[in-house]
Amino acid sequence: METKILIKKNQYRDSVFLMVINERIRSLAGIEEIAIMMGTDNNKDLIKNVGFSAKEIDSATSRDIVICIRARKEKEIEKALVQIEDMLTRRPRPEELVDVYKTLETVIRERPNTNFAIISVPGQFAARETRKALNRGLNVLLFSDNVPIEEEIRMKKLASKMNRIVMGPDCGTAIINHVPLGFANTVNSGPIGLVAASGTGLQEVVCLIDRAGQGVSQAIGTGGRDLSDKVGGLSMLKGLEILDVDEETKIIVLISKPPGPSTTKKILKRVSKSQKKVINCFLGSNPELISNSGAIPAQTLEEAAFLAVSVLKGEPYHHRNFSISDEELKRRLKAEIEGIAPSQKFIRGLYSGGTLCDEAMMILSDSVGEVYSNVPLKPKLQLKDLSKGYKHCCIDLGDDYFTKGRPHPMISPETRNRYILSEAEDPEVAVLLLDIVLGYGAHMDMAGALSENIKIAKSKAEQKGGYLSVIVSVCGTMKDPQDFVSQARKLADIGAVVMPSNAQAARFAAMIALKNNNRIG
Amino acid sequence: MKKNWHLSENKKPFFGKELVVVNIGIKPFYEDLKKLNVKVAHVDWEPPAGGDEEVATLLDKIL
Repeated sequence: METKILIKKNQYRDSVFLMVINERIRSLAGIEEIAIMMGTDNNKDLIKNVGFSAKEIDSATSRDIVICIRARKEKEIEKALVQIEDMLTRRPRPEELVDVYKTLETVIRERPNTNFAIISVPGQFAARETRKALNRGLNVLLFSDNVPIEEEIRMKKLASKMNRIVMGPDCGTAIINHVPLGFANTVNSGPIGLVAASGTGLQEVVCLIDRAGQGVSQAIGTGGRDLSDKVGGLSMLKGLEILDVDEETKIIVLISKPPGPSTTKKILKRVSKSQKKVINCFLGSNPELISNSGAIPAQTLEEAAFLAVSVLKGEPYHHRNFSISDEELKRRLKAEIEGIAPSQKFIRGLYSGGTLCDEAMMILSDSVGEVYSNVPLKPKLQLKDLSKGYKHCCIDLGDDYFTKGRPHPMISPETRNRYILSEAEDPEVAVLLLDIVLGYGAHMDMAGALSENIKIAKSKAEQKGGYLSVIVSVCGTMKDPQDFVSQARKLADIGAVVMPSNAQAARFAAMIALKNNNRIG
Repeated sequence: MKKNWHLSENKKPFFGKELVVVNIGIKPFYEDLKKLNVKVAHVDWEPPAGGDEEVATLLDKIL
């Protein structure tokens, strides 16, 4: 085995650009391991974790590109280095430079109508860039993570002073003035406004609203930490204020995991003063607490969407566990449990969306009992070995542990494909539960990319005399860049069961596991 | 010059009539907005002042 470590000093490239190079070189013949990253402290730790160490790495800075390659032979390393150099030195075509500037200041000077910034620089520089943008009167979508919480509080207080909003840090999704920003879906325009401390939570609700024939005025993200007691819901409060006076918005939907206790009080106090109907989906919260504020509690993301639509239409809302007919449900259930072997007991959720994973765990826990996870609902349910599932289990593959230095599972199928095959080896697994999230930024054909391994997994179970049920929900709309219908069809064609929402997929998975357990006594 | 819209005094939509965006960081966000015909500029961002955030913040205060 040969190793090469090379530092390119003072040559900054963004993380996505370098990740593309990483993945391309990784796929070359003979390459055992590759790490191409900027020399930030976080990245240097990651590089050490994959087995590269050298003095040059230690002394690299955040302005230096660190290139580490391990291969069987020297000539494979040389080939890789040539390709890396080509990609790093490729000159952009003139038409690619038309809108490109060196600084924010230059943009504002030449385009003074600029009113919105999307910021995705490394976390240690994000607060500075955000403050610069706010001081120039811009609203901000802050995609960057690893921003210290003290900086988050500072920037949000500055935003409040400037009558602006910071959506983030770690905010990947928003729809502002009907423009999808970041990893967002294309949905109908309409009078439902949303504020969410959860990316895939927001995506699931807006997509269900769209598929129910209604539309969205604004979908404001706040970042995952906004509702902690330390940050105090500063962006959610601002979002509520914005939607309360927004002429297009008639109904407001709030989405989050349960906020900190004092933030909950603050938010609900503000909700009680709203002139508009508020649907409150704080997953796992006490519904009575929510109702007392005058808001309508929603127990699931799906319920939040359906409640918003019902209230808008002035129709009563009737909860149903499934939106497909009873006959269709019975037919699907019969087909799924028929071939399952007595040893197959457990559900394994393999998720790309964090909130979708949380919602599934909450629903499954109500029916099948304890659900283990890398992001468990209770500390005692922490998955100890993250390389495989254990009993009933939902793994959030978008969590930092899996995505440091690697593409997110919404962009790349690689990690999820690995788990699909490895979980299928476990004779106690009855159901795989998956989410597929469409929209800008997401993989253009995730259903296609996972199909082969789903087929292999199902075939392995059959060879062992059993049956592997694969239940999927597709979070997307007909207007998304990926074809929603063809994504669903590809999955159905290989024997996966596509359910209309994440909540229904989780409920159906629970039915299969319980029915089989009851059947075998 | 700081803009300071107060919602009670001025019924302008909070995010403006039209979004005019600057993307600072990874390029795909810019590329997606360009495909949607949204007015968008891209800042080819690099770490400031030799990568030292503290120095950069001090420079911001002086300049």
